[in-house]
Amino acid sequence: MNKRMPARPKTIDRINQGLAKRHASEKLFHRMGLLSLLFGITCVAILFSSIISKGYTAFQQTFIQIEVHFDEQYFTVSGKDNDTEALSTADYGGMVKQSLRSQFPEAASRQEKRLLYDLVSIGATYQLRNMVMQDPALIGQTTPVWVPANDDVDMLIKGHMKREAPEAERRLRDQQIVWLDQLIAQEQLSLKLNTAFFTNGDSREPELAGIRGALMGSILTLMVTLLLSFPIGVATAVYLEEFAPKNKWTDFIEVNINNLAAVPSIVYGLLGLAVFINFIGFPRSAPLVGGLVLTLMTLPTIIIASRAALKSVPPSIREAALGIGASKMQTVFFHVLPLAFPGMLTGTIIGMAQALGETAPLLMIGMVAFIVDIPSGIFDPATVLPVQIFLWADSPERAFVERTSAAIMVLLGFLIIMNAIAVMLRKKFERRW
Amino acid sequence: MSKRLLILTAMLFLVSSQTHAQAVRDYISIVGSSTVYPFATVVAETFGKTTQFKTPKIESTGSGGGFKLFCDGIGVKYPDITDSSRAIKQSEIDMCATNGVTDIIEIKIGYDGIVIANSKETSPFGLSRKDLFLALAKQIPDPENSGELTPNPHKTWKEINDRLPNIAIEVLGPPPTSGTRDAFVELAMEAGCSRFDWIETLKKTDKKQYQSICHTIREDGAYIEAGENDNLIVQKLETNPHALGIFGFSFLEQNTDKVQGLAIDGILPEFEAIADNSYPVSRPLFLYVKKSHVGMIPGIQAFLNEFTSEKAWGEDGYLTDKGLIPMTAAERDHFTENARQLRANIFMDSE
Repeated sequence: MNKRMPARPKTIDRINQGLAKRHASEKLFHRMGLLSLLFGITCVAILFSSIISKGYTAFQQTFIQIEVHFDEQYFTVSGKDNDTEALSTADYGGMVKQSLRSQFPEAASRQEKRLLYDLVSIGATYQLRNMVMQDPALIGQTTPVWVPANDDVDMLIKGHMKREAPEAERRLRDQQIVWLDQLIAQEQLSLKLNTAFFTNGDSREPELAGIRGALMGSILTLMVTLLLSFPIGVATAVYLEEFAPKNKWTDFIEVNINNLAAVPSIVYGLLGLAVFINFIGFPRSAPLVGGLVLTLMTLPTIIIASRAALKSVPPSIREAALGIGASKMQTVFFHVLPLAFPGMLTGTIIGMAQALGETAPLLMIGMVAFIVDIPSGIFDPATVLPVQIFLWADSPERAFVERTSAAIMVLLGFLIIMNAIAVMLRKKFERRW
Repeated sequence: MSKRLLILTAMLFLVSSQTHAQAVRDYISIVGSSTVYPFATVVAETFGKTTQFKTPKIESTGSGGGFKLFCDGIGVKYPDITDSSRAIKQSEIDMCATNGVTDIIEIKIGYDGIVIANSKETSPFGLSRKDLFLALAKQIPDPENSGELTPNPHKTWKEINDRLPNIAIEVLGPPPTSGTRDAFVELAMEAGCSRFDWIETLKKTDKKQYQSICHTIREDGAYIEAGENDNLIVQKLETNPHALGIFGFSFLEQNTDKVQGLAIDGILPEFEAIADNSYPVSRPLFLYVKKSHVGMIPGIQAFLNEFTSEKAWGEDGYLTDKGLIPMTAAERDHFTENARQLRANIFMDSE
């Protein structure tokens, strides 16, 4: 009555039956993982190659060699004996124009002369002034000087402006291109390393614009952020993790810290504007205020990372220390903290890297601004690297396109260095239990 | 312990800074319009490099945001100058007055043209302001029922006007936060809108209704908000030859090999046409200066002198190289004189 199936399937058969399907799904999962990794890598590769291919030319700049005669007549200021005054206010623009005229005497009409003067950057004037200020003995002499070319010339030489285009459609006239070809033939025009990009502050002339101001601003801002957020963050984490009683209050605080980590950064900017600028009265656009705002932003990240690092120290370490008579504070400072330190540092560096790339909160406190002078302290007006990128991306001159990409490269370089340090520290000091 | 040292230095750092924070500001602080920003920055840079004063700091906050900061009060904490792509409003004058900001010097610095352009690959076509209104307004007058509105049905330019090409309406322009958008809506859309007589009469009877008809841009995808970045619009026009873009004249000047400006009401956006005011979509740009700051912050007078000098805003000045359209010689003289004498022309006193 009990009709059984003739041959009851054995376990092994059932396993074998399903094996192909299981292998297939495993393979599928494997492939999907690989595919998403490839997708990510391709995106990053496209991003990097587009930035680098657009930006690498910015590290070079077209220079033109002109014969400058530092004629005494330019340095006589009527009725003034003041030497430095005469040196700094001399008509250096006139000297540049004079040397261009003697190079190309065929430019006769006013219009032609204007075109001729346009080949050379206004920066040539400042360069000559600096030369004479450093070495007044130059006065009366004639020396060849390499001066930066105008941004339109630079774009033509680098191939960003098409020479074949009809005259009306390019910013350089035919006559100017003829002159440039002459300069090239006489080897008086060449691409050189663009040192101005690393030594100058911002400028509206692309050939004079540099990132040093923004870089200094970023460094000052991050210094303030680091000096404040690291000690405060670590102290908070140590207290919450090691000393605080577990009750409703600490739960409440914990929930709030986790929430703060997810608050959009612009909110911190508004807070900074209300508290640090309007209430305390710190100056607008100062790295001090930027650093304070970014401190608020990075604190939750650091606290969460530090608490995780403290949690990962095994309780046996604490118990052993307490067991041989160490006080609670001695236990924390001499045994727990050193072991948790690498994790804390990693969290801090990641928080700093985040702060380095932040623009939104700085908008509210006036750090999105045109600032030429390089900041030397935390009260000077300053801007930061990502803001500089934003400002250049918005500028009409075409030469700013490559400078934008170059500034992105510098910013990415710093981020990579910071993250590499974080990984190295972890590798070096990390202890696995 | 090095960490304790670290905290200590941080503390010292802050305390020592407290005293410094109240010190006098020795640079000019400028806020305001992103349209004036490219011009103000050039003047600021030249000023910083050729005088003994520090280079002014310029924030690009938009015209409205600029007035808000500017009118906040008198003192080193507040900006000295705001630049604007429109004249100051009465409400802003009132806001200034309540905060004690009286005696404001208004200086017109020149004009800016708003261009409508497309890619060089497509043939150009002229537009009238009425065409623009019919193409971009959210609601247009119903051609069958006079005095009634209908949601904008136009999909191609040809539907609006027979002589326009048969391509889809697709316009890339700035978002509502932009001053360029405000000016475009006011100068192009509103002008085109008031070609309809009954809407024109509405202006007197129901101003609110009039504005909502004339100023509302359609949201069904024909007008694409392309962000505040004009460079981006130029790049998008290159890849999308059928689209039109709306941006400032200086961006057209820098990209004449890629895009071309379209004639509005038969007039091409060219330097001379904007300068003599025959190009319809152009607007004046202004600087507003706090007179009471002139003695307080060093260099304001010198900065104004630089800005109003012929070598800056004249016909061959360096500002015109950057795309500013100069005023007539008579107008320039008038405002130069104002700047020299610091004549407060926005109400004399709170009295």
